[in-house]
Amino acid sequence: MTKLLSLLEDDCTLTTAQLASMTNMTEEEVKAAVAQYEEQKIILGYKAMIDWDRTERNAVTALIEVKVTPQRGEGFDRIAERIYQYDEVESVYLMSGSFDLTVIISGHSLREIAEFVGQRLAPLEDVTGTATHFILRKYKEKHLIFAKQEPQEREWIFV
Amino acid sequence: MSMDYSSVLSNRIQEIQPSGIRRFFDILEEMKDTISLGVGEPDFVTPWHIRDAGIYSLEKGFTRYTSNAGTAELRREISAYMSRRFHLQYDHAKQIVVTVGGSEGIDLAIRCLVNPGDEVIIPVPSFVCYAPLVSMAGGTPVLVSTRVENEFRLTAQEVRDAITPKTKLLVLPFPNNPTGAILRQEDLEEIAEVLRGTNILVLSDEIYAELTYGQKHVSIANIPDMYERTIVVNGFSKAFAMTGWRLGFLCAPAALMEQMLKLHQFGIMCAPTTSQYAAIEALRNGDRDIESMRDEYDGRRLYLVEGLRRIGVPCFEPKGAFYVFPDIRATGLTSDDFCEQLLLQEKVAVISGTAFSPAGEGFVRCCYATGMKDLGEALTRIDHFLQNLPKKQPQGVAL
Repeated sequence: MTKLLSLLEDDCTLTTAQLASMTNMTEEEVKAAVAQYEEQKIILGYKAMIDWDRTERNAVTALIEVKVTPQRGEGFDRIAERIYQYDEVESVYLMSGSFDLTVIISGHSLREIAEFVGQRLAPLEDVTGTATHFILRKYKEKHLIFAKQEPQEREWIFV
Repeated sequence: MSMDYSSVLSNRIQEIQPSGIRRFFDILEEMKDTISLGVGEPDFVTPWHIRDAGIYSLEKGFTRYTSNAGTAELRREISAYMSRRFHLQYDHAKQIVVTVGGSEGIDLAIRCLVNPGDEVIIPVPSFVCYAPLVSMAGGTPVLVSTRVENEFRLTAQEVRDAITPKTKLLVLPFPNNPTGAILRQEDLEEIAEVLRGTNILVLSDEIYAELTYGQKHVSIANIPDMYERTIVVNGFSKAFAMTGWRLGFLCAPAALMEQMLKLHQFGIMCAPTTSQYAAIEALRNGDRDIESMRDEYDGRRLYLVEGLRRIGVPCFEPKGAFYVFPDIRATGLTSDDFCEQLLLQEKVAVISGTAFSPAGEGFVRCCYATGMKDLGEALTRIDHFLQNLPKKQPQGVAL
């Protein structure tokens, strides 16, 4: 039933009734399936995508390449966990290639991020190096485009 | 001196009735915040890789005419596509012409086949172009009403009853606009049985062929003995969300195509070059786009059918295109009144079934090529509209 998951991934505001008819399930079946997905952590959560640049609030995001020393028996998992526990950290990915972890963090200012890297991330004993890239502008995230789209009037044509 | 234009215009064009829907659109254009289930085109933008191929062809300066039939490269891709998706074999050199939308293809076919006095069988309700084009060619449209009891499928018996010695052509507009009806393999086999041994040709308008749900589209050209008497019209508008590119194509036996190409050459020269380059990309790398748009439509279709039924509007389950054709007879309103009142009171636009044919009376067309939020809101408003209708018992209507 990945259909239900795809629909929710695309728009989690769809009502149970809508999901039910779109998937040919009953509302009870949808509710049960969603509850099970949530319990199994297949559905991790539901969030709104917000373009903070259009609001009063300052937001800075950085992508940090992190090199680490993997630990015996634990691989990268232990160090990844020590990093992702910080609230500032949005995402952590284990990478192939010239560094090990991508850490995406957000804060209110450049300074906040610099402090996080300098005082929390870099000093971790297994971290052997970091390279911080500030995100200057977001264009697209999770299939959503940040630029204001020109509304396209649909012409009235009889077809 | 003022001209008396009615004395100079051709009799045939003056006899053709203008579409009555214009007045409805005039009201619409004045209104704000309407939810439209009216316009019959995809709400998707053409997939980027297809648009990009069009742009790239412009960058490279491909701005001249192509050959009359369309570029050989595109016709080869069409040939491969028809084989891959519909199991139909057409020679790109002799059996395929690229047209300005499916509409031009329909026009070419009708004008190349119809002699004055010939009859053309047209199932209705259906898209509005067939009968006027037949009339312009001097032929006689023979309208056959499909019925809700048959889920608006055309039956072999209906075809048999409509045939006379003058019958030249049968138009098969399935999957159907506005009803969403499809013809199944067995329906086509029965119709084929009626046509076998006659000289009647078939114009199969398959522009919605990629938009069927739960079962694959079957072309009548796949039925034994039908290939040689069938002209298939197809195009890019619906399958690839390319309505504005104006690109379609015809596939037919070579002897027919030779004549249709002549008319196309004199009337049109060639289909737009930019669109042809975009279409090559669509056919090479667009199958996934078709599937994903179809999946999206399918969810909306199920939601709208169930939603209409839930608020008490009977509605057969359409298996094709992107239209639902609910039955509004129980409201006691005519289709035209229903549409106008729904628009004025609730700002929801649906199209009266009578815009397609008198046979559409009692039904309205709702296009679900629009977002789920709008569909949900439209259902709420239609429900509200129905609740506020003065209660009256319709006469002689069994639902």
